[in-house]
Amino acid sequence: MKSNFFEVLRPGINSTFQDFGRENFYHIGLPFSGAMDNRNYLLSNTLVNNKYEAAIEFAYQGPLLKFHGKSTVIAVTGDVNFSITKKNKKLINGECYKNYILENEDELDIISTNKSVYGYLSVSGGFVLEKILNSYSTFSRAKVGPFKGEKLFVNQKILIKQTSDFKTQKKIKYINTKIEYIRIIKATNFDFFSKKAVENFLNKEFIVTKLTDRMGMRIKGPIIENIKEKNIRSEGIVKGTIQIPPDGDPIIMLSDHGTIGGYPKIGVVISADYDKLVQLVPNTKIKFKLVNLPEAEKIYEIYRLETDNLINQIK
Amino acid sequence: MIKNILNLGDSSIYYDFGDEINKETNKKVISFFNSLKKANLEEIINLTPSYNKLIVSFDLKKTNFIELKKKIEDIKTFNIDEQKNKKIKIPICCDEEFFLDKERLIKKLKLNVEEILEKYLNKSYFCYMTGFVAGMPFLGDISKELRTDRLKTPRVKVPKGSVGITEQFSNIYTFESPGGWNIIGKTPCKIFNSNNKVNPVLINPGDNVHFYSISKNEFLKLNEK
Repeated sequence: MKSNFFEVLRPGINSTFQDFGRENFYHIGLPFSGAMDNRNYLLSNTLVNNKYEAAIEFAYQGPLLKFHGKSTVIAVTGDVNFSITKKNKKLINGECYKNYILENEDELDIISTNKSVYGYLSVSGGFVLEKILNSYSTFSRAKVGPFKGEKLFVNQKILIKQTSDFKTQKKIKYINTKIEYIRIIKATNFDFFSKKAVENFLNKEFIVTKLTDRMGMRIKGPIIENIKEKNIRSEGIVKGTIQIPPDGDPIIMLSDHGTIGGYPKIGVVISADYDKLVQLVPNTKIKFKLVNLPEAEKIYEIYRLETDNLINQIK
Repeated sequence: MIKNILNLGDSSIYYDFGDEINKETNKKVISFFNSLKKANLEEIINLTPSYNKLIVSFDLKKTNFIELKKKIEDIKTFNIDEQKNKKIKIPICCDEEFFLDKERLIKKLKLNVEEILEKYLNKSYFCYMTGFVAGMPFLGDISKELRTDRLKTPRVKVPKGSVGITEQFSNIYTFESPGGWNIIGKTPCKIFNSNNKVNPVLINPGDNVHFYSISKNEFLKLNEK
């Protein structure tokens, strides 16, 4: 039997394979990587009856893919504009959070994300990929990941695993709500900054700049004045860490961040708000809100329950 | 041994080994890192040792700060000196073409090229940590006479394989990346290799590195491989 596959007609701007992320390589300088918006990654997989398969993550413009084979089931999540052109030229406007059957020579056009950055495409059974260092995630800067760590490219052939005939229609109602403020916990150098700087940081608005990618997000607002030391000895950082370089403009470390850094840290974004943070497009206004560790843990528990409930609704 | 334990965000523990940066402190960090690695706790998803800190990232679905901190207290730490750390020889070519900051270093250090290279090559270096970009080793300590600050304006692109020095440390740019270290040469050695499934880096924290000089011809030959 011939295997099912996608032919990449247009790769999109920043389309990569991602899964949960790559564990236990920080100590050699490899970031965690993985899907930026973990909940949407999980939902796309669940809608096609997968568990932990790799999905295609895209940012802004997504890929145009032609399906070859008998049939397969796909789902797209996020806030995404997409369409399916059947072989007979019939056009279907795609809805996110709903699965679709693709037949031979159907074209799936992921046109763009709306007012958000990332979206996810999953295919029933998953893609045929090689795990690199225990993960399907792509870290393109060090060329680590399937297809030699490259982003999607024109004429690429992506094989799809053969599965039993899963054809059940699945759908959920889910709206990607916007977040009003990003909740943070104080980080280890919180007291390096002047009282005024801290006040500004917690009360004033910041704007997401264009200098934002999978590595980090630069934001602009009032200058955060450091009254102690502008540089510290390089040490480990984690996803969500907010560093303040000497120029006073905060940088938030995202999934592909450098594993160590030498700028003082004012705060760390709580785990529960990470999915929403990464979806903020340039020019979005954001505000920070301070919470303590027990609060952050409670909020995460709620985030987790919500995610589980969504998954159970699909199943 | 550990001076302070804090949380970094809601899913990491920050172990502070004190302000002093020296081999002794770093050996304690690496011993602790190796002990935790060996303990192989399923809640831990990353360990990041640096000069004087160790960060333990964990899965918030499985545990939390207080619980894991307690669990780690019971882990027996073994000493790094009891372990076998690798001794690694790395070829370096300091031909003019690769010695990008020759003039700057001659001026800053008030030494000539021969003196700089003699002092640099005549020593073996301890790997304090690996990271920032994949596989980049932070090696020390370099001779006191070679110590200087980083470039005022960092280079936008430092070529892959470049060997740099700044303050008491030396490093190797495993990928082309921005950087402000003083470049004294280039190695043809592949320090990071993602095809190696077990350990893609050549130099790990705790290893000892010795550089040996090669000619440009030898460099070109090795670089082809």
